[in-house]
Amino acid sequence: MNQGRSDRRHAGYAAFVIHRLSGVLLALFLPLHFLALGLALDGARALDEFLVFAELPWVKVSEWGLVVLLSVHLTFGLRVLVLEFLPWRGVRKGWIGWGAGVAVAAGLLFIVGVG
Amino acid sequence: MAGIETGNLRVSIWRGQAEGRFVDYEVPARDNQTVLDIVTWVQRHLEPSLAYRFACRVGVCGSCAMTVNGRPRWTCRTHVRKVAGNGRLIVEPLRNLPRIKDLACDMTPFFEKWQRAGGRFKGNAGRGDPIPRLDPSSAQRREAAAGIECINCAVCYSACDSVAWNPEYLGPAALNRVWTLVNDVRHQDQDGIFQAVGKHGGCHDCHTHGSCVEYCPVDLNPTASIAGLKRRSLSRLFAGGNS
Amino acid sequence: METRLFALQRFSAMLLAPLVVVHVGLILYAVRGGLTAGEILGRTQDSIGWGLFYGLFVLAVSVHAPIGVRNVLKEWTAWRGRSLDSAMLLLATALLLLGLRAVWAVVV
Repeated sequence: MNQGRSDRRHAGYAAFVIHRLSGVLLALFLPLHFLALGLALDGARALDEFLVFAELPWVKVSEWGLVVLLSVHLTFGLRVLVLEFLPWRGVRKGWIGWGAGVAVAAGLLFIVGVG
Repeated sequence: MAGIETGNLRVSIWRGQAEGRFVDYEVPARDNQTVLDIVTWVQRHLEPSLAYRFACRVGVCGSCAMTVNGRPRWTCRTHVRKVAGNGRLIVEPLRNLPRIKDLACDMTPFFEKWQRAGGRFKGNAGRGDPIPRLDPSSAQRREAAAGIECINCAVCYSACDSVAWNPEYLGPAALNRVWTLVNDVRHQDQDGIFQAVGKHGGCHDCHTHGSCVEYCPVDLNPTASIAGLKRRSLSRLFAGGNS
Repeated sequence: METRLFALQRFSAMLLAPLVVVHVGLILYAVRGGLTAGEILGRTQDSIGWGLFYGLFVLAVSVHAPIGVRNVLKEWTAWRGRSLDSAMLLLATALLLLGLRAVWAVVV
């Protein structure tokens, strides 16, 4: 009986949603990633052709997105591990802010590196 | 009813059972008013058939828990000023529980899960036995003490999205309760607890949203209790081979 | 079984954490000045170290991802039970095979 509304506007919930959605997107991406790398079975040229395609702007933006998604999934995941395995009592809200910050920083480093 | 009249509030209250609708009422605003005062006023002056629960009116029993503007709270401890910023109130029964009538929901599933989780204390001493000496400063007793004040108001159960998405999930209150029993050296059925929380709907279905912590009116931390159950279930898995 | 799946998911997560840090660090380093097959393969080819690193990565992610996806499907769709478990096992196998093939492709 899940009738009824619910106010989910608190940091812990946002962290959960972002962690879950980033995980799903990364899981969807992984097979594509493995297939792309598998092109090397046909030689370096085959992989290079793919990498040329990957220079397209929208692909680079997607790559940036994936770097951010992976970083945020890592940092929010570390928070979950800490909450579950260390006998602390708080919900470590500070870790959410820092975790998001690290992911943003990784994204920025990616842009600087590519641009 | 002390206080100066300061206009009217627009209050929408759920009427019906699972099927029903929100009905709007105009309620005179007062300086000092709780949501329970509002509901009581509506029942006394406008809608005698409105069904709702309360008991102590002073924030110790948990009976008056309802969803107010989307948040599960004790209505006797919710000042209108704190929640109805624009003079608007939406009151409905607690989420995740079957609706009996209007604002009263059926607590049966909540207590069934409490039992199913292994929440019933089982001792091995009789009245002739000496009173067991428990050290209140021991780590175990402090863990139990951190969760023992739960009065089963079901606010956490309503706040929890894992309960909403997973009908089998035992929920924060039941799991918090069994964690206090896990830490009670007198409790004899530890295996029963871990059998219950180790399967579908058990402690591993908690994803640490923390809504229970956010909304618990007595500042308990079911997320931490459930984390304790998770850790202990793992150590039992590696020690004994059974979950 | 839920306890076992929980254990696998959390322990694979603990293993993945340092691997991901290295991987993201490597990406941020490697994208500078453009990415070429030569640069990638020059690093990974015939490298036992990278072979083990990414082999372990693939193994861990093949355990970690399907258990997570199983949770999402159980809660956000009507799918549950044996058929879901079987599908997740299939996903794990697919990730493992594709992943190890990719590691082979860049190391051998």
